[in-house]
Amino acid sequence: MSTLEKIGPAIAREGVITLQEAAEFIWREAELLDRQEYQEWLSLWLDEGLYIVPIERDQGDNAAKLNVLYDDAEMRKARVKRLKSGFSISSAPSARTVRTTSRFVLSAGDEASVEVRCAQHIVEYKFERTRVLAGDATYRLVRRAGELKMERKEVLLINSDDALWGVGYLI
Amino acid sequence: MDIKVRELRDVSDLVQPDRFDTSLYTDPEIFDAEMDRIFKGTWVWVAHASEVPNKGHFVKSFVGKEPVIVVRDKTGQVNVLLNRCRHRAASVCEQKRGKTSVFVCPYHGWSYALDGKLRAVPHASVYGDDFNKADFPLVSLRVEEYAGMIFATFRADIEPLVDFLGPAKKWIDLFMKQGAGHPVKTLGEHRFRFSGNWKIQLENTTDAYHFPIVHKTFLDSLDADTSNVFDVLGQGGWVEDLGKGHSVMVMIPALVDLEENLEDEIPERFRELADELRSEGYEEGEVRKVVRAVGGSGFNLNLFPNVACSMAFFRVLRPISVDETEIRHIAIGMDGGPEAGNRVRMRLHEHFQGPMGFGSPDDAEGWERVQRGAAAGEDVHVLVNRGIDPLIGHVAGSNVTDVSAETGMRAAYAQWKRMMSA
Repeated sequence: MSTLEKIGPAIAREGVITLQEAAEFIWREAELLDRQEYQEWLSLWLDEGLYIVPIERDQGDNAAKLNVLYDDAEMRKARVKRLKSGFSISSAPSARTVRTTSRFVLSAGDEASVEVRCAQHIVEYKFERTRVLAGDATYRLVRRAGELKMERKEVLLINSDDALWGVGYLI
Repeated sequence: MDIKVRELRDVSDLVQPDRFDTSLYTDPEIFDAEMDRIFKGTWVWVAHASEVPNKGHFVKSFVGKEPVIVVRDKTGQVNVLLNRCRHRAASVCEQKRGKTSVFVCPYHGWSYALDGKLRAVPHASVYGDDFNKADFPLVSLRVEEYAGMIFATFRADIEPLVDFLGPAKKWIDLFMKQGAGHPVKTLGEHRFRFSGNWKIQLENTTDAYHFPIVHKTFLDSLDADTSNVFDVLGQGGWVEDLGKGHSVMVMIPALVDLEENLEDEIPERFRELADELRSEGYEEGEVRKVVRAVGGSGFNLNLFPNVACSMAFFRVLRPISVDETEIRHIAIGMDGGPEAGNRVRMRLHEHFQGPMGFGSPDDAEGWERVQRGAAAGEDVHVLVNRGIDPLIGHVAGSNVTDVSAETGMRAAYAQWKRMMSA
């Protein structure tokens, strides 16, 4: 049985993306990330999608600035390969994580896509130490062949412009 | 300025030429003494000139544990001021960087000019006639600059910066060729902390030995050509002690001088950039210069005690406590060169560096493992005895050791011993 079946498959729907549908998608993504089912996570993306963790707030065009990460499809794939390789000491083992996403707001949308903002708390634990990463996440979701896909995910950590630490998992 | 140096037992026997005592990582008393004798006793890197390009620009930094403001005043001079009001000690600046004409203490409103002079004190009459504003400027450190690298020191009596850098200057000059004919500017930075002693990070910048092990997953993420470029142990590189705790580790000899070999074939990973530059109208010579500089230099220059010119970025360490250290990986690029080149530099920087890079988290994990392991075996030494004998007949001279030798660490610990025993 695949993990997706364990978690519950996305239900194919049509029409305008509702807040409820977007929230369910983001919860499902959060569970995939906590379980480190990264291959399935990759399948949630459009090929042209961008995964971004900026450093500065209101920095405008992310491509013209330095980010914590700025991943296109190739980099996402390489990142997943690295995290699951067993040869990266920061991710073998990685910290365990439990994350919650809430405070969903639809900030823009049309018939084919929607932008959702939400709060994200990640609690991580490794080697006797528990730490928290909190941030605002912004998703651009589109419907393709009845399924929602990520066109863009940006996580702005509340302390992204301060000192962080080595993060051996996906946020 | 008088520097109060705390009493410390004799630590000179803790460092031997090829090993040192574990207490250098774990003893808080030694850490406190390091802050006095090393970080308040020598030149400490505080900023790059491009972070304060114009009059009024400032950036916060640290000298050891002490917070400072690096600011360019209205005469264009760079001042390094302790971030502490002379009245009741409140910090006068809590903005990371910016532009201002004055620093005003938020507590009682004392205001300071950009050279540190106390300009105004609210309700000054209560102080009486003998109160003289000239007696209470922000404390100002001695500042000198080489090739855009700004250093500060608490000490008036130590050598000029250029003498402190000595043979390292040649390597700084080579490193700055990454501007491809333009001045170098900073492009942003990654900051992260690890639970370990600052010297573990200092060692790492001159440690090629760990690279293929710790960074296997980074190497695996590269195309075959680039992976060969980063085969740092297999290209005849070397490490050289440059004196005063400084050292250089050359990992990619072909990339020591970025103005040479411009006619070489453009590596595949930079062909898209080369095409983009050509389409923007850049001449072929300029395209090749930019493309060759974009990937960074083939060496790490480690400057004791807190900064490195590391391949394509500045690596700055800040000791926080005996077992906590903050690292900044400052991206650099061309000031005035093609923006496309700087974009590629930032994507390359993100690939390896920072809290979620393909390299830094594994480095940080390794360093934390050193600190955790150092809790065991108080009487077991830490070894830095790898590659002591110079290489015979090496092109770089008679005084260089294998690229994976621990020569740079021995250089740093010899300087540590000199400064801590003085």
